[in-house]
Amino acid sequence: MTGYVYPNEIEVNWGLFIVLYPYITGLVAGAFIVSSLYHVFGKEDLKPVSRLSLVSALAYLMVAPLPLLLHLGQPLRAFNILWTPNPNSAMAGFGYIYSFYMIVVLLEVWFIFREDLVHYADNSTGVTRFGYRMLTLGARDISPPTLAMDHKIVTVLAMIGIPSAAFLHGYVGFIFGAIKANALWSTPLQPVIFLMSAVVSGIALQILIYAAACKFRKRRIDMACLKTLNKFLWAFLIVDVLLEELDLLQKAYEAREAWPAIHTLFEEAIPLTHFTQIWIGAFIPIVLLIIARWDRVSNAAQRLLTIMSSAMVVIGVFAMRFNVVIGGQMISKSNVGLTSFQAHLVADEGIIPTVGILVLPLIILVVLIRILPPWLEGEAAMTGDH
Amino acid sequence: MGKQITRRDFLKAGGQILAGGIFFSAVSMVIPRVAGSADGDIVNSKWQQTWAKQTWGFVVDTEKCIGCGMCVKACKEENGVPMDEEVFRTWVERYVMAAGGQTHIDSPNGGLDFNAITIDNAKKSFFVPKLCNQCDNPPCTKVCPVGATYKTGDGVVLVDGERCIGCRYCIQACPYGARFLHPQKKTADKCTWCYHRITKGLLPACVQVCPTGARIFANLQTPGNPVSRLLETKRVDVLKPALGTEPMVYYMGLDKVVV
Ligand code: SF4
Ligand code: SF4
Repeated sequence: MTGYVYPNEIEVNWGLFIVLYPYITGLVAGAFIVSSLYHVFGKEDLKPVSRLSLVSALAYLMVAPLPLLLHLGQPLRAFNILWTPNPNSAMAGFGYIYSFYMIVVLLEVWFIFREDLVHYADNSTGVTRFGYRMLTLGARDISPPTLAMDHKIVTVLAMIGIPSAAFLHGYVGFIFGAIKANALWSTPLQPVIFLMSAVVSGIALQILIYAAACKFRKRRIDMACLKTLNKFLWAFLIVDVLLEELDLLQKAYEAREAWPAIHTLFEEAIPLTHFTQIWIGAFIPIVLLIIARWDRVSNAAQRLLTIMSSAMVVIGVFAMRFNVVIGGQMISKSNVGLTSFQAHLVADEGIIPTVGILVLPLIILVVLIRILPPWLEGEAAMTGDH
Repeated sequence: MGKQITRRDFLKAGGQILAGGIFFSAVSMVIPRVAGSADGDIVNSKWQQTWAKQTWGFVVDTEKCIGCGMCVKACKEENGVPMDEEVFRTWVERYVMAAGGQTHIDSPNGGLDFNAITIDNAKKSFFVPKLCNQCDNPPCTKVCPVGATYKTGDGVVLVDGERCIGCRYCIQACPYGARFLHPQKKTADKCTWCYHRITKGLLPACVQVCPTGARIFANLQTPGNPVSRLLETKRVDVLKPALGTEPMVYYMGLDKVVV
């Protein structure tokens, strides 16, 4: 603790779980956008990851409300947000936006996998057969015209899904950006910054998941797909960094009363995560991603660099969420002091449960993949090195 | 295989389920409101009459405060705020300014534990009691997702402990650090100007115990009340006026270093 902090501010109120909340919803929004790039914008290159990213979005979406719920002082009253919402509150929208988004994603998954479900049901026996039959919801017609119809519906759903994903996450940014009492949070750029970093983290995560899936299944990574993901990641990363730096620059230039506190926060209180956000999460990957697209570099190196950059971005965005959520609260509302943040191991939104919530979507993803294999036929098997 | 359900049937059924869902949620949203406003009317008419007769005013005279911390203690006892936890409905800050322009600010244990300090070249020092400002334009009530914190007709901002879900958004929104999560109740808590006392004609606990009269409280509708007299004849200021929160706690003898 440095300077003067109001006595009620000694404990940081929003802990690691609230860092997870924008992080996970961001990954959802990003993963969904990757899948939509193929379904709506017809980016054929992205076909190998389109279904995988949709299933990932679902896995992360299932976990998204968990940290919020666990964070509440009165978790049993959580549904009050749905029954008696306060229309003036940004946070009140969460339940509605979330439910709506969940419906869109579930519908899209169902329409995309329906044909597979019918096949699985036909080719299995016993409980499995029954399970798949249930999942088809009785719609077992897979004649070409129906499938064409499915396809149309998927496109429409994805089209609805993109603005919803943008809204879901832009709105998370608004929750922070609209708090005038907090000098670090309060900026109209916050929703856009959150959205861009969400897309960035989602694409990076998709690269990692795709690479891991190929490794486990002994399949070769589709280079065209990887390069397209690389390009999108790079472009969004640049916009993201630009916005974040613009916001900081403006704060530094305006030099309002809270600026010295913000400056000290970055320099002295959270230098490590600040460095991670800026360098590990942005500047270095921006360079590596360009190198990874260079034709003179071998395919193996291209893969390695892209995957490494993605890992860095995923970590960097987490650091960014930490810096905003925790860092923002460390600046006392007195503007003349910084409180300290001590993460516990278990208690009070500790590190272990936080890691648990981060791993949970991956476990769900593995289960989902077993039920709904998102792989496409005709993927090249891994033969020799390349 | 039984009868094949066609896609058309399925979509139709799906549409019906969806429509049903929307209807149900619309109804469930309306019902509590209707019910609420029905008993709300009876409650309101009683409170409306009470509120019409009272407008509260709170003045803090920083020149008089001696930093004894009696108010902090009385408040905690009166309002069930745990004595040994660092959460406060009201607290007292100490400002010591040295000749070089350095200012030392502290509030050890909210002002319960002031002890002598030595600051080189100290020139000017004073205490500033703080509490919820019962803002006329409160940012804290606006953000509450469930409407658990609200402003009463006579201008006091309260928290409904039965409705609060403990999300702590309001704590983030208050620019004065006046709110906290009650360590036992796990709901938001803050100064209410002792609403349970003032509505019975008593003074807030802190005002009652202040030995120097640094805290002055009154119903502004009572003729000749001390608060109106001060507001009419003295120069007063509020905390962080630039934020547009319109605080209702007025300060006398404020200094520019007060945060
Ligand atoms: S001082 Fe803080 S808690 Fe009190 S009314 Fe104003 S914003 Fe709300
Ligand atoms: S902590 Fe309680 S009163 Fe405060 S915003 Fe959340 S629900 Fe509302």
